[in-house]
Amino acid sequence: MDLQFSAEYETFREEVRSFIEANRDKAPTYADKGMKNPKRLAWQKLLIENGYAARTIPADYGGYGAEPDILKSRIIAEEFARSGVPGGLAGQGISMFVPTLLELGTEEQKKEFIGPTLRGEIIWCQGYSEPGSGSDLASLKTAAVIDGDDYVINGQKIWTSTAKYADMMFCLVRTEADAPKHQGISYLTFSMETPGIEVRPLVDMTEAAGFNEVFFTDVRVPRNQIVGKPGEGWFVANATLTHERGMLGNPNAAVERLFAIADIMHKETLNGERLIDNPVFRDRLVKLQSKVYAMRANGLRITTAATKGESAGLAGLIVKLQGCELNHQLAALAIDAMGELGALYGQSDYLRDDGTWQAKYMFDLGLIIGGGTAQIQKNIISERGLKMPREPKVQKQAAKA
Amino acid sequence: MEFALSEDQRLLADSIKSFLDETVPLDETRKVATENDTAVKQRMTEGLGALGVNQILVPEAHGGLGLAALDAALVHEALGFAAAPISFTGTMMASRAIAEAGTEDQKADWFGKLVNGEVRFGIAMTERVNVREGAGLSEEDGKLSGKALFAFDCDDATHIITADQSGALYIVAADAAGLTRNDMPNIDRTRMMSELLLDGVDAVRLDGENEPGNAAARVIELGRVLLAADTLGAMQNMLDQAVEYAGGREQFGRVIGSFQAVKHMCAEMVAEVEPLRALVWHAAHAIDTDPDEGPVLACLAKALAADSGQFVARTSTEVHGGMGFTDLVGLHYWFKRIGLNRQLLGGPERVREDAAKLQGWAA
Repeated sequence: MDLQFSAEYETFREEVRSFIEANRDKAPTYADKGMKNPKRLAWQKLLIENGYAARTIPADYGGYGAEPDILKSRIIAEEFARSGVPGGLAGQGISMFVPTLLELGTEEQKKEFIGPTLRGEIIWCQGYSEPGSGSDLASLKTAAVIDGDDYVINGQKIWTSTAKYADMMFCLVRTEADAPKHQGISYLTFSMETPGIEVRPLVDMTEAAGFNEVFFTDVRVPRNQIVGKPGEGWFVANATLTHERGMLGNPNAAVERLFAIADIMHKETLNGERLIDNPVFRDRLVKLQSKVYAMRANGLRITTAATKGESAGLAGLIVKLQGCELNHQLAALAIDAMGELGALYGQSDYLRDDGTWQAKYMFDLGLIIGGGTAQIQKNIISERGLKMPREPKVQKQAAKA
Repeated sequence: MEFALSEDQRLLADSIKSFLDETVPLDETRKVATENDTAVKQRMTEGLGALGVNQILVPEAHGGLGLAALDAALVHEALGFAAAPISFTGTMMASRAIAEAGTEDQKADWFGKLVNGEVRFGIAMTERVNVREGAGLSEEDGKLSGKALFAFDCDDATHIITADQSGALYIVAADAAGLTRNDMPNIDRTRMMSELLLDGVDAVRLDGENEPGNAAARVIELGRVLLAADTLGAMQNMLDQAVEYAGGREQFGRVIGSFQAVKHMCAEMVAEVEPLRALVWHAAHAIDTDPDEGPVLACLAKALAADSGQFVARTSTEVHGGMGFTDLVGLHYWFKRIGLNRQLLGGPERVREDAAKLQGWAA
């Protein structure tokens, strides 16, 4: 057990800090709207050149080309978060599509897409979920039928974030109608400007429209715009789903959230008494602190396992379930500490922190559901982690009866 | 940066675990609990003594193993896993008391006795945390008088570490004149608590420290981490037993572990056990290395162990259905161990209040 970083890493941390301080004025701010705002793209370019974005992507494909080093990646994330300066671009193209191409794409696909995606020039959206295929994603029905040199796509996707701005979609479609459900899926990529695609915003409970529905009517996609072979799409997609789970749950963010709530409880008063002086609220705060610190330590354990190339086992499998639940409970405490003020939502002189806690409380419930629901996570923990038996298939049971 | 157990630490934990596996299977634990079988306890005391458990926190300069709180926590995790009808919490807290508050002569004397296996310590410090029934000790002319409640490990101790109302630490002999010890039978039949009545009892004051209370706080901080580790071990065993039982028991023509209602209960237990394990390791490491965060982490680990432990104790019992409620499976030994650990040295609300005070969140 050694929680100090060695001299090599402390030097690296100093480098990151110096870079941030020297270049802070070039960083985009909230006011620099638009995903392709020149200031944002220039910042991303600078970060890649210095190894603070696309760090481990080979230089041949437009990355920085460093050897993977989890501790350095962690230090970069910590230092950018600490300074309040935006780090490298994220999004589904960079976090999911690029890793998939690196693993399973052709040389031509890698050359064509990875560089512009990393630079923020191509924005991607993910076409996986459908109205009838959520947790049971492999049951998806959006069909792609071969017609000459093209696939012709008909169907619908849902929960497609950034579809409004995206240039391209990576999409799961059913190409082999008669194959078993996991073996009839293919992974296609196409421009969002292809005729026959319609994007409709989907308003969620936070009143924002972060998601969309995407409708396909006779959308023609050349047959060579496929990653992997026809019928291998499920395998290709699973490479990216692993990356999505890796994206969620940042233990430092929960610690920051906890102390932000402690600040609120020092500032807000109820009947003339500070909330922090109320033993019931204080106990809730410390109770959450015990869970936040436990997940922080769990995160350190996972990081260490990763540096050794070992699996973190059960400690890793619980992160999505526990991390999302904990964030939701933190937002709930912030709202309860504000009481009636916590129910305000929208323009009001009394509104605190622009209503972010209210939005977080609702959005975090979305995160408990999205990216594999809490119930699916429990299936994964028990079946993969504890080796408990799988639920018998309903069809087989029915056939027996 | 390495947040993991060392090879030596894994070996230590494994050796204690396999010794306990062989020495105290459930039937042996039952003998201690229901027949007060002293032979089993004797075998455990000697065997664990031979593995060096008594001297884990005794500095190398005094002939001990000179290990850290994390190693002591791993021993407790193994003891809790086995629901071992023996406790070393008192001896380890005593080691810390002597290290923190003893003079050089006192260290040489008492550490020497610990290493030789001449002494075994109980702890009577509950009143530093919670005072009930007017308990508390006061000192006059080197003699202690008063009442100490919920003292632990005292039933088979040769000596007892205690504190007076100022927080100064003392060692008294278990057979000293004027000291009466009465059993306080509790839910956990494997570990006795005691009422101590003192009437002018000769006491050795550990007077190497400058400010009474600081050393006592360090001793309690260690005790809390060790009890949290003990609960962690017990939780792991209850989870393992639940998974095994659910994999064998059939109802409605299927093993019950294939029902989501059951396997989700097991997944929820994992989601309590794993974060607690990381927090216990962190707290145990930090109380030796980080004077700022260590004391806070010790409180948080004790509080989370109480809450997560309660959840696992109850949920594992439920997975076992009616059998979990019987003595046949013996699951209740772990259930009750977790229940007693929860209350010792402060229940979750009490230790969270300490954590709040340490951070300036409460007066």
